[in-house]
Amino acid sequence: MRSYLARRLLQAAPVLLLVTFLVFALMLAIPGDPARAFIGPGEALDEEQLQLIRERHHLDEPVIVQYLIWLGNVVQGDFGRSTQNMRPVAEELGGRALVTLQFGLAAWILAVLIGVPAGIASAVYRGKPIDYAATVVSIGGVAIPNFWLGIMAILLFGVGLGWLPSQGYVRLFDDPLQSLRHMILPAFALGVTSCALIMRQSRSAMLEVLAQDYLRTSRARGARERTVIWSHALRNALLPVVTILGLQTGRIFAGAIVIETLFGIPGTGQYIVQAIFARDFLVVQAAVLLMAVAVLAANLITDVACAWLDPRIKFGG
Amino acid sequence: MARNVAGNVARNGAGNVRRNSNRARRDRRETGYAGRGAGLLARIRGIRRDTPASGRAAPPSHPTVELLRKLASVPQALAGLVVLAVITAAAVLSPWIVPVDAEEMDFDNLLSGPSAAHWLGSDQMGRDTLARLIVGARIALLVSLGAVGLGVLLGVPLGLLSVYFRGRVDDVLMRLMDAVVVFPSLLIAVGLAAALGGSLRTVIIAIGIANVPWMARIIRSQGLSIRERDFVKAAESIGLGHGRIILRHILPNCIAPVIVQSTLSMGYAVLTEAALGFVGVGIQPPTPTWGNMLQQAFPMLEQQPLLSIVPGVAIFLLVLSFNCVGDALRDLLDPRLRGVIH
Repeated sequence: MRSYLARRLLQAAPVLLLVTFLVFALMLAIPGDPARAFIGPGEALDEEQLQLIRERHHLDEPVIVQYLIWLGNVVQGDFGRSTQNMRPVAEELGGRALVTLQFGLAAWILAVLIGVPAGIASAVYRGKPIDYAATVVSIGGVAIPNFWLGIMAILLFGVGLGWLPSQGYVRLFDDPLQSLRHMILPAFALGVTSCALIMRQSRSAMLEVLAQDYLRTSRARGARERTVIWSHALRNALLPVVTILGLQTGRIFAGAIVIETLFGIPGTGQYIVQAIFARDFLVVQAAVLLMAVAVLAANLITDVACAWLDPRIKFGG
Repeated sequence: MARNVAGNVARNGAGNVRRNSNRARRDRRETGYAGRGAGLLARIRGIRRDTPASGRAAPPSHPTVELLRKLASVPQALAGLVVLAVITAAAVLSPWIVPVDAEEMDFDNLLSGPSAAHWLGSDQMGRDTLARLIVGARIALLVSLGAVGLGVLLGVPLGLLSVYFRGRVDDVLMRLMDAVVVFPSLLIAVGLAAALGGSLRTVIIAIGIANVPWMARIIRSQGLSIRERDFVKAAESIGLGHGRIILRHILPNCIAPVIVQSTLSMGYAVLTEAALGFVGVGIQPPTPTWGNMLQQAFPMLEQQPLLSIVPGVAIFLLVLSFNCVGDALRDLLDPRLRGVIH
């Protein structure tokens, strides 16, 4: 296991480097003078000041040197300063990342808690009403825009029934109950697509396993149905499900951009959108990098989890 | 002469050499793969062979027609095709069928419900929701076609290069794909929107780039086994050029899953475009897109919920149709893809 882990980390290193370069390269895509992008909109600058900025941020160096300098700073947690308030980007990003993490985790847990059992039930009771219901949800769930579902939820539970708050954020430790009430609708909207995908994957993985000979054998030997399903079938069905669980990280972070804007949650996603409107490029760059690295880490953890569950992967390659 | 014979061998995918013919036939039967150019066609014909014969054999028709006929026999796919056809027709014919100009403001009917003048109501500026919905359909289709087209155009060649040259080339390209795949399309889109500003072009490029690694990976996973097949070796052994082997011997055998993935990706592209429009960093107003219609409707949620409901239903229907058609295509072209493409 340790050697697999080492090999997997070694493979991830060049990918991580490439990811950082791609995020850095976003800056090269900015049309016009990058020095202006550093300062933000609405500042009248003469050539002398621009030159000063160029020198200060090494914008006159070759691209590769610029990249290395940038990377060196990023590794030390220096993402530059926000043009909105001139404070270091990292300072605000840290707090907001925790908020996004909290909502993302809530959405993910919700998706897993509903998706996995529903998918398994749907496979075990194939062709029964519960299977049809789960299939409808899983087909509809991937086709419905998550933010629109959020709007509809606001319309029903916020505006219509008035049961749940539809805007804002309360810190978990300030007021746990209010915090949870604020979390329900966004987490539901954020998790619904993932839930549908997880449901679908659990169902097909379980169906595949249920058709295997060894289950027939264990039934023939008189094992109880409960034992057959829960201990023999489930374990082997879990592997593809774990893969899909890991893949949800990117989906949930991407979804957070929209859902946080919709529900007025001060997380990373909302920060990105606000920064785009403020032409605060370094903030976008830092937030995009943070999310991408988080997705990369989640993929790595998923792979390791799969190898742990299925020893064949460890030795296979 | 010798070269000619060998050429035939290569072209027919190792099939015509007597010594190998049984094996090739068995190969073909077992895997559904045939040699040059026959991948998709053979599979469609193969499916037809499985269906119960109805008296006389149908006259041979173009594979695309055949495939559409097969699709139409699956209820969900038929429903999907009908919805796609309606939306496409509305989008293409919009200059002629849109009742009023999408920009026209009717100040007597602000935030109105459905009426004879405005079938689906009007927004806070008195603009007709139906007209804006139809113009929005154009954008949705344009984005999905453009983005997926870009993804295929870049991803397929990269996948083929990876398959054909293997080794170092494969390593480098796949690590690059591993890096790109870390960015969800929405994340690429907001990054590009920050650098370039939100526009139709930015949205298409962003979603297109996000599609590239998936296309490349699919081609690679299909192509690696094709690469080892006898007909590819035969083609190599008679000295055919790289380009010719890749395009005429490997590509046709890997294309089916790309078609499936493309259909499903189109649905996803519509969702991404809508999300960008809703956040306000996608295609900018006054051009109506389903996403920015939802954005403008949101503050009016309490006064006129219909404004928020209609575009969402349109997005849902379009994405659902793409997915239904894609799922059916996958089952028709190659049931083994069930595990590969979700």
